[in-house]
Amino acid sequence: MTWSVSARGAHQPDNTAFTQQRLPAWQPLLSAGITLPLFFCAGLAFIGLGLGLFYSSNGIKELEYDYTGNPGTGNCSLCATEGQGRSPPPNCSCAWHFSLPELLPGPVYLYYELSNFYQNNRRYGVSRDDAQLSGLASALRHPANECAPYQLSATGLPIAPCGAIANSLFNDSFTLWYQRRPGERYVEVPLDRTAIAWWTDYHVKFRNPPLVNGSLKLAFSGTAPPPNWHRPVYELSPDPNNTGFINQDFVVWMRTAALPTFRKLYARIRQGNYSAGLPRGAYFVNITYNYPVRAFGGHKLIIFSNISWMGGKNPFLGIAYLVVGSLCILMGFVMLVVYIRYQDQDDDDNDDE
Amino acid sequence: MTLSLDFSWLRWKWRTQNGFSQSPSESTPLLSPEMGQQSYNPTEQRVVYPNNGMCHQDWKKVSRRYPGNSICTTKYTLLTFLPQNLFEQFHRWANLYFLFLVILNWIPSMEVFHREITMLPLAIVLFIIMVKDGIEDFKRYRFDREMNSASIQIYERIEQSYMQKRWQDVRVGDFVQMRCNEIVPADILLLFSSDPSGVCHLETANLDGETNLKQRRVVKGFSQQELQFQPEYFHSTIICERPNNHLSKFKGYMEHPDQTRTGFGSESLLLRGCTIRNTEVAAGIVIYAGHETKAMLNNSGPRYKRSKIERRINTDIFFCIGLLFLMCLIGAVGHSVWNGTFQEHPPFDVPDADGNFLPLALGGFYMFLTMIILLQVLIPISLYVSIELVKLGQVYLLHNDLDLYDEETDLSIQCRALNITEDLGQIQYIFSDKTGTLTENKMVFRRCTIVGSEYCHQENAKRLEMPKELDSDGEEWTQYQCLSFPPRWAQNSATMRSQGGAQPLKRSQSARVPIQSHFRQRSVGRWETSQPPVAFSSSIEKDVTPDKNLLSKVRDAALWLETSDTRPAKPSHSTTASIADFFLALTICNSVMVSTTTEPRKRVTTPPSSKALGTSLEKIQQLFQRLKLLSLSQSFSSTAPSDTDLGESLGPNMATTDSDEKDDASVCSGDCSTDGGYRSSTWEQGDILGSESGASLEEGLEAPALSLDGPELCYEAESPDEAALVHAARAYSFTLVSRTPEQVTVRLPQGMCLTFDLLFTLGFDSVRKRMSVVVRHPLTGEIIVYTKGADSVIMDLLEDPACVSDIDVEKKLRRIQARTQKHLDLYARDGLRTLCIAKKVVNEEDFQRWASFRREAEASLDNREELLMETAQHLENHLTLLGATGIEDRLQEGVPDTIAALREAGIQLWVLTGDKQETAVNIAYSCKLLDQTDTVYSINTENQETCESILNCALEDVKRFHEPQEAARKLCGCLIPSKMPSAMAPKVGLVIDGKTLNAIFQGKLENKFLELTQHCRSVLCCRSTPLQKSMIVKLVRDKLSVMTLSIGDGANDVSMIQAADIGIGISGQEGMQAVMSSDFAIARFSHLKKLLLVHGHWCYSRLARMVVYYFYKNVCYVNLLFWYQFFCGFSGSTMIDYWQMIFFNLFFTSLPPIIFGILDKDVSAETLLALPELYKSGQNSECYNLPMFWISMADAFYQSLICFFIPYLTYRGSDIDVFTFGTPINTISLTTILLHQAMEMKTWTVLHGLVLLGSFLMYFVVSLIYNATCVTCNSPTNPYWVMERQLSDPTFYLTCLLTPVVALLPRYFLLSLQGTYGKSLISKAQKIDKLPTDKRNLEIQNWRSKQRPAPASASASASASVPASGPAHAPPPCHIVPPTRQQDLGTSTPKNSSPPRKKHAEDWVLQSPRCSRELSRDDPCSGDTLAKLSSGECLLGPNRTMAPTAYTRGQKDVSRHSSKGSHRRSQSSLTI
Repeated sequence: MTWSVSARGAHQPDNTAFTQQRLPAWQPLLSAGITLPLFFCAGLAFIGLGLGLFYSSNGIKELEYDYTGNPGTGNCSLCATEGQGRSPPPNCSCAWHFSLPELLPGPVYLYYELSNFYQNNRRYGVSRDDAQLSGLASALRHPANECAPYQLSATGLPIAPCGAIANSLFNDSFTLWYQRRPGERYVEVPLDRTAIAWWTDYHVKFRNPPLVNGSLKLAFSGTAPPPNWHRPVYELSPDPNNTGFINQDFVVWMRTAALPTFRKLYARIRQGNYSAGLPRGAYFVNITYNYPVRAFGGHKLIIFSNISWMGGKNPFLGIAYLVVGSLCILMGFVMLVVYIRYQDQDDDDNDDE
Repeated sequence: MTLSLDFSWLRWKWRTQNGFSQSPSESTPLLSPEMGQQSYNPTEQRVVYPNNGMCHQDWKKVSRRYPGNSICTTKYTLLTFLPQNLFEQFHRWANLYFLFLVILNWIPSMEVFHREITMLPLAIVLFIIMVKDGIEDFKRYRFDREMNSASIQIYERIEQSYMQKRWQDVRVGDFVQMRCNEIVPADILLLFSSDPSGVCHLETANLDGETNLKQRRVVKGFSQQELQFQPEYFHSTIICERPNNHLSKFKGYMEHPDQTRTGFGSESLLLRGCTIRNTEVAAGIVIYAGHETKAMLNNSGPRYKRSKIERRINTDIFFCIGLLFLMCLIGAVGHSVWNGTFQEHPPFDVPDADGNFLPLALGGFYMFLTMIILLQVLIPISLYVSIELVKLGQVYLLHNDLDLYDEETDLSIQCRALNITEDLGQIQYIFSDKTGTLTENKMVFRRCTIVGSEYCHQENAKRLEMPKELDSDGEEWTQYQCLSFPPRWAQNSATMRSQGGAQPLKRSQSARVPIQSHFRQRSVGRWETSQPPVAFSSSIEKDVTPDKNLLSKVRDAALWLETSDTRPAKPSHSTTASIADFFLALTICNSVMVSTTTEPRKRVTTPPSSKALGTSLEKIQQLFQRLKLLSLSQSFSSTAPSDTDLGESLGPNMATTDSDEKDDASVCSGDCSTDGGYRSSTWEQGDILGSESGASLEEGLEAPALSLDGPELCYEAESPDEAALVHAARAYSFTLVSRTPEQVTVRLPQGMCLTFDLLFTLGFDSVRKRMSVVVRHPLTGEIIVYTKGADSVIMDLLEDPACVSDIDVEKKLRRIQARTQKHLDLYARDGLRTLCIAKKVVNEEDFQRWASFRREAEASLDNREELLMETAQHLENHLTLLGATGIEDRLQEGVPDTIAALREAGIQLWVLTGDKQETAVNIAYSCKLLDQTDTVYSINTENQETCESILNCALEDVKRFHEPQEAARKLCGCLIPSKMPSAMAPKVGLVIDGKTLNAIFQGKLENKFLELTQHCRSVLCCRSTPLQKSMIVKLVRDKLSVMTLSIGDGANDVSMIQAADIGIGISGQEGMQAVMSSDFAIARFSHLKKLLLVHGHWCYSRLARMVVYYFYKNVCYVNLLFWYQFFCGFSGSTMIDYWQMIFFNLFFTSLPPIIFGILDKDVSAETLLALPELYKSGQNSECYNLPMFWISMADAFYQSLICFFIPYLTYRGSDIDVFTFGTPINTISLTTILLHQAMEMKTWTVLHGLVLLGSFLMYFVVSLIYNATCVTCNSPTNPYWVMERQLSDPTFYLTCLLTPVVALLPRYFLLSLQGTYGKSLISKAQKIDKLPTDKRNLEIQNWRSKQRPAPASASASASASVPASGPAHAPPPCHIVPPTRQQDLGTSTPKNSSPPRKKHAEDWVLQSPRCSRELSRDDPCSGDTLAKLSSGECLLGPNRTMAPTAYTRGQKDVSRHSSKGSHRRSQSSLTI
């Protein structure tokens, strides 16, 4: 009869918790009683966070100036009208004068902001060749097809850096001048133009092609600069660590912005006397006005800002936290009412039974 | 009965009509010799020349055209795999859609993503499916190879002997020799069998799952052969049908060189895949090979059904497409407008490669297509894959459920259709077979009537009523038997038990072999039943306790039989003779095969011989004269277990008779069959014993009886009730000892064996509804026809009493018929299956004339069926009624409970049965399908107009019950809970028969019928054919558009199973055909409860919620991209890296829904079982319907808005770059989507938690790795170091904390409101589920008691408002009406006075319960049992004998209003 024991139940399913669907389980059932404290806790926590965020965001100072040059908005309008319809626009500079009544605590960042500029446009955003920018010699000579029509110059030379993004490189430049007391001479405030790009971009992602005979120029020989550029890529900056593809301005520009209104870091002010921030006094920014934006209704702004632990000035997050926190509290109260009424009803039900 | 074969044939026929070309129509006249050899038409016939020396040239010419025997079931070859598989896969439109997108993406101006990457998801899906198909195909290939290279003996022309070859070398026309236990390699015409009678036994389990052995006969003329078949001398040409897929249909003839022809049929054809059993050697010629074999032609692939949810999904996908279209249109228009705002091209508007800018409109159009690519995920490709996976998991869990496992058969549920598990949760209509589904299909002989006297077998009934455990509890049973049997028997059993120590073990060993190959396992002996099932019938089927009264008569009868040879052929109607005839008929008139357990599967084909042959007949008779005084109790012993010693000592004797005994036996049988001397071959077992052991007279007496059980005869019957009858006869010591095609041996009570020559067997078919055997009585030499069949048929075929000259005889005949009919009605009333037994003595000339006709019919190629039928009808008439039997088919365990639960779950249960109305109605009552308080309408008519008017009136009647209720509901709607009114309506049952169904289908009355049935609690369709069953299922399914489930166990349920949305087969007693065609196979009906209520509910709610979630997930995610379009000039750019988007769908959010879909439980199994009402949520598609879909869509929109705009507002105006902006959005949406999933989960297990957490962590790990390593990989854009930067930025965390909270806040809030206030059944049940066990039980009781009042009051109102006295009928007070009261209420009905009824008074009568009392008083057939007869029976039953056809009877009986309702049921019968 032993065979029968083994034969019987040969097809019998295993009696395990999993196969019998009896795994120990927790059945959370949302109900007023449970969610009530959650709403209150979350609400309070959010309000707390929101307050903190709000104050820290409020502590951030920002100075901004629209130098697009729409008529009647300062001296940049002259440059703007002058450059209208001319390509390349003539060299023109204008200035923005401002004064700080008190110290703008550092580190102070100098941004430029473009609005209505769609760097995130699909065909614009892909018009680049990362392989070329990473210094790949073959890619330098043979830019990717995505770069078209800025892939090859009119003479058939490969464009380096290729693509629309590089071609539209922002080329206004700023210098900051400081006057401690009225009447005093303006001194130039040193702008730290290094390390404005991401460390990884500057060190890993963007690389110059291997030097030929120690010369970057030779490395780029046989390529053409983008049509809008006045100088070849190896002359972007006299600093050998800041020229070619690893020019910081270029690297920053190549990191395409997510939204049509965007800032890009131009410089940091942290050197010498200005390490604590911009002291009070009068300033002016000398702007070399090159970049045309009025054709597409764009604006150019220059911004001084300091940052806090949570980044730049951003009142939204704090407010959002406050609103959501209060909403939670409100819902908590609704739940409380519901809970109390349900208890009553439950009692009634029990009485009925 | 043997329905299975016929219905299987029907099924094939049905299939051929659909898919197959018409079966070949031969035009060869019946055996016309003038047909020349040239006129063989190979397009209509198959001509086979033997492959031997003589006919080789012909063979070569012809059989080259026939395919060889190698099979190839693979779909692909190595070369065609790729193209063919791809071609098949692109038949799915989802794949085509994605292919379209991939192609779009290759157009440069629309390239959103990297073109190669876009192909990835599609490629992965295609690849996975391809690998799956490839593996499956490879398995098939390996199997084919294995089959093709199996070895077989083929006759080699040159060597002139059989050679070992491979299966694939078998050609049509080859001679093939097979040994025992070999598998038949092709369809082979049997020409030789080592069995002297030319029989070859076949096991067809591979074909149809039936394990009983089938007999195949050598073609006529080849049976008398020398020891070895000589293929070289076979010169005949074989002409037969072209290959077709009818398993049991085959005909052809053999043309011999002398132009004579021999016909043959399917009884000579060995089908490929069957196993040769019990036959040493069989040889034959190959007719069909390879793919042309019937087995292969029947091999159709698995079916593909689409579940309701899938249909729902498809419509929702169209909504999604609409949404997609809208969004793309917005994108296109937006793009044009945005571009139009610029006077000149800004630097970020990049021209194409040639420096040209697109015109605005064209740009817009391109943008439209681009957006399709961008938002493609809106159509969830992963949904299909996920659904498949989830269903796989669900099926796995289903398959592993212990509660759906049947220990007795060692079978758990089989899921044959993998893609409709969730339909189990949405069933609204169940169509059930009765026999074998509701009942056990364990046929038990209950009682019989012989020539008008009834033997009620009370002891037997008592035994059957014993709890079912007896079947498994040997001890108790033995005790019981000891008590209830005569003292002698007790002694026997005592000896048995004292010796029982070693014996059972031996038994089980010997019985081991049959079991292993046998799937239908049942327990055998009542004392061995603690062991596993051993033989073919359970003890409950085998053991029949004889009726004492009858037993004594049987003894007399046996004696009469004994002496009948001295006064032959006396046309006697004496009771004793009839009793003997009756039992002989039970024993002979069947197709039961005898085998022994000691030698498994070995047929007893020669009667056990003995040394007693020498003793003369007179001596035996003398002995019996002496014995009969003492042998009172001995005949019980057939039910008694065999004495071990005797059994053991006799067993070997039988099996190994020494040579001269064997010779004697063969001489004897040879004599009987050939010389026509009608010698009786009798012998006596007791004598052996006497001579051997010199035992006392008493021992000698005991011996014959005991020896009956000696070798433990096993009966293999094609249908269980045949076996039941043989067992019953055996209880009265009429033992079927052996059966060969030519002879049947029966052992009489005295131990004498009678060998009848079997002249003809007219097998059972569903048209004739009867079977007959023609035998020659060994003693009298009379030719006797024994017929057994349905009472309705047999009663019509009886000898007309009017024709009998003798008045007394006529009266007697009439009386017998009337009384038998009465008893039959009584049996039917008790739910027994009835069979009538009749006989007829044919004189020699008539028989010879008939026999020649019959032979001709058998040999004919054309209309063979018709001819056979006709000849059968010629013989089966003017029968003399012997009696009738009642066989009980017991209800399966838990059936009433299951039916009650299913009904509570809101499922309509219909029973469709081929059985007769009375039986069906009674089963329906006993399984609580109909309630005693129900109003039951029975409609039996053939006339369409009548049927229509009946339906009209019934409808009117029913509606009258309903309207007051509805009015009341409207008046005090707020007082009555919503579920009450429907329950308040009077419960109505409808009983309808096959003829009426025909009238309904032909008369286009379907709508009325359905309208009526919708008011009915349950519907019973009796006497319905398989076709009607499927038509009903289709009708209900299509017209009411409901989810239907069919459950059945037999071949006659196949069409119904296939017609329903879900077909369930019961892997029971009647072979495997139902299982083969079903979607799920369960072992017993009661498993349906858990299958539907628990698994169905779970599968549905899991899958439905998963699907909704999937839609939500995709819309939520894709919308993020859409919102971004507003900030990128509708240019189709994305802020999320494409790889991360792929990963998002592929890895990060795919596993939780799948786990959720497999494991989540909204309500626990216990609660679901305790509260069947919860099933209604699935029926109403509460988890996934249009509002649900749109709510989740709206939620998805809201959440995506939040997920996009909070980061947008946070980062607006900052120096954020594209992917840095996208990463928090991606993270947020992931968190939101996962948390949403977490909120959806009702049951958390460790797995759930792990998977959720794992997905979340995997996102970070994968993103970090990807972002850290991909410097220039995904040119032109890549998210290098973005994630790392973000993780060091506090704003990221702040955003990721805030956004999911805001996104999920409304849902959370509503869910907790719902959790508190929820009124839906499910949320209530969930609350109950949370309680501790004892409290939960209390709560469930409370719940159920709240529901209870409804049925109670409903039954009260039903009984009270049957008369439908007025529209403003106030609901009566809630109390249970005593049964008798209902009649009174019924009586008060002004039935015939209502105008609409009067109109039809001529045609039909609405019988109300009132009649029952008066009629039962009036009725000549008194006795309270008769009062139970329902009206239909009375009209259909006795009248049948008066009117020849049903139709005229109907006309005549119009005036016959009298009818009986049940004495305790309120029953309205509409009868014609």
